[in-house]
Amino acid sequence: MSRSLKKGPYINPKLLNKIEEMNSVGERRVLKTWSRASTIFPQMVGHTLAVHDGRRHVPIYITENMVGHKLGEFAPTRTFRGHVREEKKRKR
Amino acid sequence: MARIAGVDLPRDKRVEIGLTYIYGIGRSASNQILATTGVSPDTRVKDLAEAEVVQLREAIDREYRVEGDLRREVQMNIKRLVEIGCYRGLRHRRNLPVNGQRTRTNARTRKGPKKTVAGRGRRRGAKKK
Repeated sequence: MSRSLKKGPYINPKLLNKIEEMNSVGERRVLKTWSRASTIFPQMVGHTLAVHDGRRHVPIYITENMVGHKLGEFAPTRTFRGHVREEKKRKR
Repeated sequence: MARIAGVDLPRDKRVEIGLTYIYGIGRSASNQILATTGVSPDTRVKDLAEAEVVQLREAIDREYRVEGDLRREVQMNIKRLVEIGCYRGLRHRRNLPVNGQRTRTNARTRKGPKKTVAGRGRRRGAKKK
């Protein structure tokens, strides 16, 4: 189910403030954030945000196409590199 | 005979059903078209008057995106997801279910025919653990 339109898209207010601040000074700095649930706003385009994936901060460069998605969509939380080979499994 | 939006021409069916052979038009869209054009949903496709066919064709051209255009739009949407590298794009890349379905069992539509792996005997699937 989607969020009520009345409320508008969610974004961590602290994060938005920092972005606005950076925009007004014309500064580009990598911002670390844990706020995966925040929506990507048009103001963020061109910035690089480091989004927490549970272990480290994954740097993400925001492009125009990403507006409207959530930050977390770009920092996968699972690592899966295929299954263990057959012989190894048996030893265990 | 009745050729609407490209190559589609089912003959002996009622128009209501016949229209759904067009990609992008289902039962509800079909009924809506028939209501706005005032064509009875019960007439057979082969019994349609030429004027009615023209009307239907125009109504579809005007209000719906069908066939090639629609397919292209869908492809573009998927391509966008893949290019921006978001989670849904990654799932498309790997040909796995996109909307959060389980993959421990099922998901055969996306994954294709079963690939048998040794050691996945009786205790596989939802039952165990």
